Amino acid sequence: MAGTITGNKGLQQEEALIFEQNSPGRSGVDLPAPDAVASRLGDAARTAPIGLPGLSEPQVVRHYLRISQKNYAIDAGMYPLGSCTMKHNPRLNEKMARLPGFADIHPLQPESTVQGALALINECARWLTTLTGMPGVAMSPAAGAHGELTGLMTIRAALEDQGGPRKRVLVPESAHGTNPASAHMCGYTVEAIPADETGRVDLAALKDRIDDDVAAIMITNPNTCGLFEGDMKNMSDAIHAAGGYVYCDGANFNAIVGRVRPGDLGIDSMHLNLHKTFSTPHGGGGPGAGPVALSEALVPYAPLPYVVAGEDGFHLVEHADNADGKPYGRMKGFHGQFGVFVRALAYMMSMGADGLRQASGDAVLNANYLLAALEDDLSLPYPGPCMHEVLFDDHFLKDTGVTTLDFAKAMIDEGVHPMTMYFPLVVHGALLMEPTETESKAALDGFVRMIKGLASEAKAGNTELFSEAPRHTPRRRLDETTAARSPVLRWRPGPD
Amino acid sequence: MADMKFTKEHEWIAVDGDVGTVGISEYAQEQLGDVVFVEVPDVGKSFNRGDEAAVVESVKAASEVYAPVDGEIVEVNSGLEDAPGTVNEDALGGGWFFKIRINDASQLDELMDKAAYDAYTAELD
Repeated sequence: MAGTITGNKGLQQEEALIFEQNSPGRSGVDLPAPDAVASRLGDAARTAPIGLPGLSEPQVVRHYLRISQKNYAIDAGMYPLGSCTMKHNPRLNEKMARLPGFADIHPLQPESTVQGALALINECARWLTTLTGMPGVAMSPAAGAHGELTGLMTIRAALEDQGGPRKRVLVPESAHGTNPASAHMCGYTVEAIPADETGRVDLAALKDRIDDDVAAIMITNPNTCGLFEGDMKNMSDAIHAAGGYVYCDGANFNAIVGRVRPGDLGIDSMHLNLHKTFSTPHGGGGPGAGPVALSEALVPYAPLPYVVAGEDGFHLVEHADNADGKPYGRMKGFHGQFGVFVRALAYMMSMGADGLRQASGDAVLNANYLLAALEDDLSLPYPGPCMHEVLFDDHFLKDTGVTTLDFAKAMIDEGVHPMTMYFPLVVHGALLMEPTETESKAALDGFVRMIKGLASEAKAGNTELFSEAPRHTPRRRLDETTAARSPVLRWRPGPD
Repeated sequence: MADMKFTKEHEWIAVDGDVGTVGISEYAQEQLGDVVFVEVPDVGKSFNRGDEAAVVESVKAASEVYAPVDGEIVEVNSGLEDAPGTVNEDALGGGWFFKIRINDASQLDELMDKAAYDAYTAELD
């Protein structure tokens, strides 16, 4: 491929670091010199330059616009990253979040001046308890893994109240990767439960491990193979019979919203990724939120703060002295990711109960469409139908010299964000695709054509297409090994 | 190599007297890809068979290295901290993780010899 004189490729500009564009003394603002004032900084006055680059306003505007154009986002195209539910973020959510009554308030304002915001938290919680069929929800956790920790700490608090925290947490191999880490952080020993030949939890193996030392099971349902755990109620009953609790990772809730109430499956605690299921931005786009739904047995131990509706308006319970139950403390400063609550509630209210139910149905339909369209070209470790995501393994690449990683890099050249790779670990060279309900049939058909094309190129032995990918990006394949072994974390001025 | 034994979790142990040297198999390093980080246990720490004794992280995944037998750590390969790539280059030799004083030698009988392990990994592919 012949290069250009500038290094630019059409609209794709070769962009130097902002520090490399430094012209000392250049500035975007021209302020008059202040009248003579006596400095009161004394010894604290800065003696060396601060080290910020000098640039004009147009230089800064162009710099950030150009690097933003190198980004890939759900607003730019399909983003089938399994277990991440990269769905469209409706603009109505953003409009609601910018209303001054929500955007311009401060968490330390007196309760009487933020009644609308408290009503919103309360209403968002009401939707979540209705959808989960669970009586309470802790709204403050900041994201999924934080929700997992909150849920486990709530379970631990309940067990301690009954005499002891117990020692072990069971985590199936088909659960999310963060689950063992959360259990470990909460002071538990993690025990893996194997999957059976259908990709689901081996119920017999699970029952063998349950005793009065098990604090909880952490299960992901639908699991990371994109399969529904049909034995969920039996698993819950077995754990409950031994005095333990059931934690469910709610990252895959988008598959079952409006169709299955987790509370009916015996789940005691489950986080809800508002930024996945309820369409608030994530990835580079903004903070998440991971409210944790709780069963009746766990509600008394819910962390602070929470909103209660009284006759004279809404109140925020922020201190154990004012709480009805036995809260173990607080998981986050202030009251949670309020701006995310606004967006999630806007989504739920604009969709309505019927719309949420249709969204989960469409998400599952789209994943099964990919399964049916691609099962002959890729390789399916577990037979379908699947839920909201479809899992392939790398047997279709056997003896081609192409790996799952190479295949994903070639997808980047085709202009699509790759799927989740090498996870879950229960299959070899996993490719986990989650199209979400956002994609139209036309978009899915385009994706299928691309995947089929790449698969046939790999099988035809065109390995350079993969080993050299990505070829059309601003930078070629990164040396991940050297980047991890000898990371260079800071740019420094001067010649190399 | 003759008295090298293997676990289903892809550790190997080579026994010399009452001390076993432990590492991960050729198959394991190949599956992991380029190893970028290794965490070895503290000398003096005791483990039961199956406990997580070390951590190995590659560009693809982070995995645990389990103690193949009950025992106490007597020496660790601290060189892996600066040169984790040794695990890829010489998994069965210079890429060893730790040496463990074996409490109960009869546990070794439950491990696989090389032929049995090769048959086991052939089935995994």
